[in-house]
Amino acid sequence: MLLPSTLRRLLALTNNSKALLPLRTLATVKEETIKEKYDIIIAGGGMVGCTLACALGKNSVMSNLKILLLEGSPNQTYQLKPEYSNRVVALNQNTKSLMNSLKIWRHIEKARLQPVRYMQVWDACSDALISFSSSDILDDDIAYIVENDLLLHAVNTELASTEIENLKIVYGAKISDYQLSKSDNKTATENIVKMSNGDVYACELLIGADGANSAVRKAMGVQYLSWNYDQMGVVATLHLAEETENTTAWQRWLPTGPVALLPLDNSRSSLVWSVWQDEAKRLLKLSDEEFVDAVNDALWKQYPRSKGVEACVSWMSSCLRKAGLPDGAVRQLPPSVRHITAGSRAAFPLGFGHSVRYIAPGVALVGDAAHRVHPLAGQGVNLGFGDVKDLTDLLADAIYTGYEITHHSWLEKYESSRQRHNVPTQIAVDALHRLYTVDLPPIVLARSLGLQLTNALHPLKKMIMSHATT
Amino acid sequence: MALTRRIIKNYWLKNVLDSPKLSKSLTVNALKNENTTVKDEEIKKFSIQNEDWWSLNGPSKALHSMNEVRIPLVRDGLVQFPAEKRNPKPLKDKKILDVGCGGGILSEALAKIGAEVTGIDASKNLIEIAQKHSEENKRLINKPKYLCSSVEEHLNDHKDHYDGVVASEVIEHVDNKELFVKSCVSVLKPGGRIFFTTPNRTRAAQILGICVSEYILNIIPKGTHNYDMFITPNELSFLLERNDCHVEMICGLFYNVLQDRWSFVKPQTLVYAIQAQKTK
Repeated sequence: MLLPSTLRRLLALTNNSKALLPLRTLATVKEETIKEKYDIIIAGGGMVGCTLACALGKNSVMSNLKILLLEGSPNQTYQLKPEYSNRVVALNQNTKSLMNSLKIWRHIEKARLQPVRYMQVWDACSDALISFSSSDILDDDIAYIVENDLLLHAVNTELASTEIENLKIVYGAKISDYQLSKSDNKTATENIVKMSNGDVYACELLIGADGANSAVRKAMGVQYLSWNYDQMGVVATLHLAEETENTTAWQRWLPTGPVALLPLDNSRSSLVWSVWQDEAKRLLKLSDEEFVDAVNDALWKQYPRSKGVEACVSWMSSCLRKAGLPDGAVRQLPPSVRHITAGSRAAFPLGFGHSVRYIAPGVALVGDAAHRVHPLAGQGVNLGFGDVKDLTDLLADAIYTGYEITHHSWLEKYESSRQRHNVPTQIAVDALHRLYTVDLPPIVLARSLGLQLTNALHPLKKMIMSHATT
Repeated sequence: MALTRRIIKNYWLKNVLDSPKLSKSLTVNALKNENTTVKDEEIKKFSIQNEDWWSLNGPSKALHSMNEVRIPLVRDGLVQFPAEKRNPKPLKDKKILDVGCGGGILSEALAKIGAEVTGIDASKNLIEIAQKHSEENKRLINKPKYLCSSVEEHLNDHKDHYDGVVASEVIEHVDNKELFVKSCVSVLKPGGRIFFTTPNRTRAAQILGICVSEYILNIIPKGTHNYDMFITPNELSFLLERNDCHVEMICGLFYNVLQDRWSFVKPQTLVYAIQAQKTK
């Protein structure tokens, strides 16, 4: 009797240990399977991820850190084509100074970019208008229009031309899984990055720069506030009817969404036209000639206007004129479009996204992974580059002060400083979108008067510009 | 009280004074209160809460987070690098004396950014804790040197020796403040810098710093501070100037209890930091 019971106990014990074993292997990756350990892994080598890699790699304080950049797509060779790419970004002064400090800007300048010196935004449902000119902000350009792939190429050129010894880049990296450090222990973190080819990397700080559908963010399990605008951004490269200096960005608010022309060179502009999804599909199906007509209509066509709004807006103009303030009556006429570059038409979905936390122990999000905005103000990528600058500065400061890069205080400082800038911007952009996609007369009236007043009050205008450029 | 004092005195004479050179000076000091900066009750107070010194959420929590302002204070006071020339060891080759180092919270942090730190404390217990922690801290390669000593004893063989002297949250526990400041300045090389952080002697500090933080919120152990021993920025500046120091900066410090975060602020009513340079 005694023997079987001890046997049973022994069996039970072995059973238990068997049951525990797979659990344990799930919970932690064995040391020997980890291929390489890094201090920082950046997931995602888009414009923001690559710039971050460059910024971290070049920072003298972080020269002792091992950094790995994982990019999903293969390393493409880029060649400057005479025809412009249809995807462009408007870079503000802050982004320019970041790019300058990283010596990336010279590569962009060597290739091509177009400065924006004047910007005119007007309402199709009234005479309200706001204009920004470069003289408003310290005689510097308002923004620079750069093609996405050219910008990425410039960053990669800089990464390749300077020896950043502590940075390794893996192209064609397919990440299959993240295992983030769960330790509440604030001193040591270890994140595991598993690749689909079986490689396993470990790092102290994982930075998610993997775009709006960020897998890093999903692994963090943070709350993500998002909605779709049911709109698409229709893009195309336009050839203008007349050759001009072309340093003006045009934006007209139609009841269906804003249509914007961003200058590329003397005779070409890039179109970003936000429209409802059905309309976008229709626009994509049109012939080139019909599409050009649609764009010209969007820029020129008179929309039905409410008499009451008309009267109030002109009364406001006369009041402003009497007070000696700009009344917005002097307006420049937008260009007309002659034809479009064949095959340059495309559409992409528009949405809003806000990650409630940008950080977790040993993890940080940058760029679209953390925030997504409507392109109507051209802010999206600039917010991302702002993240790059602040994160780099704060990580450098942590090390310079003798702390680990994953120290919660510095990561929290990153999160709060960025959210304090990004969230108001996102909300403002969202509010503008909502305000301008209706044509109800009272709302049209309110927004028109608001726009007129903003245009007349120089300090207010300057405030908006300084927020948009920092 | 007299009994405890005698016990500690005896304990010291027996255990601390291994070196005969030190023992002579200390015997004299220990017997005559006006010649020492060390107050026995104060040492005892800190030796009791010893195990928890390095626990980030323990009684020394505020001291740990205070490093976030103390390190920049000392670092930027001693060296200044433009952003593109910074390195992880800005205080390399700088000799720093951490007076009243306690469990070594600040000493290790300064050693981590390259400084050659000597930490001294009158409590043997605390020095042992500091020593033990620094030996066990594998990430810390450049280890501080710890000595159980008072600053006036340390002065005997370290006159004009250090680039920087730090006395953070110490002077409010010191009896003979004049001697303390004088000794701290004397171990400094001419041109070297001295840093103090300490609570101000104001009602606000008494209410928030003692009543609220010690007795209501329990952020710091009860009885840590004695209001009458606090010193105002003016008094401390006076003592420094009298010892040939030029006071370069006085700045307020503020502790955000909810976030456990310190910051530099303008008002000096609660806690303040002072930085001075030895002129001769």
